[in-house]
Amino acid sequence: MSDNIKISVKGLYKIFGSEADRMVNLVKDGVGKQQLLEEYRHVLGLKDINLDIETSKLHVVMGLSGSGKSTLIRHLNRLIDPTAGEILVNGKDIVHLNDAELQDYRRHDISMVFQRFGLLPHRKVFDNVAYGLNIQKLPSAEIKERAMRWIERVGLSGFEDHYPTQLSGGMQQRVGLARALATDADILLMDEAFSALDPLIRTDMQTMLLELQTELNKTIVFITHDLDEALRIGDHIAILRDGMMIQQGGPQDIVMNPADDYIVDFIRDINRGRVVHLEKVMDSEILSGVEGGLHATMALEDALPLVTSCEAQCLPVVDDNGKPIGSISVDSIAKAMARPGDAPTTVIR
Amino acid sequence: MADETSWLIDFPAMDRVDLRMLNKGIDAGFKSFSREYGQLIENLFDPLLFFLVWLEKLLLGAPWFIVIIAMSALAWAGSRSIKVVVGVILSFLVIGYFGMWDNTMRTLSIITVCTLMSIAIGLPLGILMARSDRAQAIVTPILDVMQTMPSFVYLIPVVMLLGIGKVPGLIAVVIYAVAPIIRLTNLGIRLVDKEVLEAAQAFGASPSQKLFGVQIPLAMPNIMAGINQTIMMALAMVVIASMIGVKGLGQPVLKAITNQYFSMGLFNGLAIVALAIIFDRVSQAYGHRLQEHRRNEHS
Ligand SMILES: Nc1ncnc2c1ncn2[C@@H]1O[C@H](COP(=O)(O)OP(=O)(O)OP(=O)(O)O)[C@@H](O)[C@H]1O
Ligand SMILES: [Mg+2]
Repeated sequence: MSDNIKISVKGLYKIFGSEADRMVNLVKDGVGKQQLLEEYRHVLGLKDINLDIETSKLHVVMGLSGSGKSTLIRHLNRLIDPTAGEILVNGKDIVHLNDAELQDYRRHDISMVFQRFGLLPHRKVFDNVAYGLNIQKLPSAEIKERAMRWIERVGLSGFEDHYPTQLSGGMQQRVGLARALATDADILLMDEAFSALDPLIRTDMQTMLLELQTELNKTIVFITHDLDEALRIGDHIAILRDGMMIQQGGPQDIVMNPADDYIVDFIRDINRGRVVHLEKVMDSEILSGVEGGLHATMALEDALPLVTSCEAQCLPVVDDNGKPIGSISVDSIAKAMARPGDAPTTVIR
Repeated sequence: MADETSWLIDFPAMDRVDLRMLNKGIDAGFKSFSREYGQLIENLFDPLLFFLVWLEKLLLGAPWFIVIIAMSALAWAGSRSIKVVVGVILSFLVIGYFGMWDNTMRTLSIITVCTLMSIAIGLPLGILMARSDRAQAIVTPILDVMQTMPSFVYLIPVVMLLGIGKVPGLIAVVIYAVAPIIRLTNLGIRLVDKEVLEAAQAFGASPSQKLFGVQIPLAMPNIMAGINQTIMMALAMVVIASMIGVKGLGQPVLKAITNQYFSMGLFNGLAIVALAIIFDRVSQAYGHRLQEHRRNEHS
């Protein structure tokens, strides 16, 4: 196993119901979610999930409602126990931790942000942010210092004596984020953390998360059903359907090579020109005699006007050192930006 | 012919002799049980009796205005409402003026002890029920029976076991009044927002940190409602408990029933009502104050 893998999920199955252990064999023998529900009255939550999560990366898990996202993320801090499979964190199996070890793991190694915030309504903002530290029974001076630092970090200075219900949704989720960061755990789980917020606030929160991440370098597992959000913040995206992992890869891989129609549907309405970079669509031909060029990580929509405006309708693509590594033409940009699977039905002459 | 079909008309009941034997058997069994263990059980309740007697003596022995001041202070501490405090003072003045002071003090002390005891029993039981579906399945039907059984009926075994007096009265009142605390503690804990509980768990809270830091505080509005109902039921039981020797406002009411003294019954009844209203307002106001954080709620 490579060193930079923080969390490794192997052959994970989760079945809800009283005889899950027996059912898991049926599922391994090919019984589907529908059949399992109708004939055996058990719910297939997750099926054969294999997932490696890299250190210091923001890993998005996506899927429609009921696809098993929450179930999967709750396995990582054992709010849900697996029916079968392994979960390694820092190379150590966490499925068989005893109660004390599990408590310790949750206190120090992993923290979580919730969709509906999960704040304690009877405690003030300060005490909510300090919650994880209080649980650890740290000295009160240290608790105060750390909690105040994180309250300030998320922009809530002056609100520490308010109750959560006195704050707007966006502010409440900042409390949730500060609470999660205050324990200094390496791993941050976020289950649809921004889904309950208005679009503008959501964008603000994404920006804040990305800013924090450049500095903190946490390993983040972020659940969402919003593809725009996934593409904006994710270093890596995994897509779930009916409890199965159907594709994993970088944002551009998902957009350029959707694994099946489910994902094609997912990516239909996104702006491909913004997600995809030149390096994914460039031609390998090196143009001779042309000075300069476009950087390989430039988005297609930014490159398009430049390429169109030049006479040859084609420009070199260069790497970090300015060395040409290929070329890009209007044609290939246009092809890449067209939606896949949208065959024209009528052509107007 | 008529003989052969009579069982269709008259219920084929158990033979009278057999029934009498059965009743006798049960009664004899219980009697010998109470002869054997009655004293022991009574001794178990000694500390409670001691506390009850001490409280009663304290309330009866103290000058009346001190008691009123103390009550007002308690009402203020609970409710922070001038209206409630004024109501308390007026009620006690009227009660004293109509000569019901001593009985009111006795009732007050027994209600206090009964409520404390109900909390001491009900809270842990409610918590247990909330944690285990098994416990809930066992306790719920028992509570149903306790609450629908006419209260006179369970006076009988209590009296057989412990005779007449303060302790059996106390026990009868507690049996009658404890159910709401148990039910509402259970309900309150089960209704705690699942995500908040998950959050506590996700940060590594131990079971007791979860219970005392999250579940009980969030269940508090329901628990307070349970305590409130328990107090009301205990007050309602005061008259019945006076039949087995509990002194207080219930006794004059009982006397009034047997002798048809309408005004005596009415006055003492009104004193019970006054106590009920005071307890109700103070405990409700206290419950609301605990929910301070719900004010200014962002919708
Ligand atoms: N405790 C449970 N008992 C039975 N079935 C469950 C349980 N928890 C989840 N499920 C089922 O498992 C499946 C996945 O649920 P999960 O909550 O993980 O979905 P999700 O992707 O998070 O959906 P959403 O976007 O609605 O949050 C669903 O079919 C759900 O009904
Ligand atoms: Mg979910």
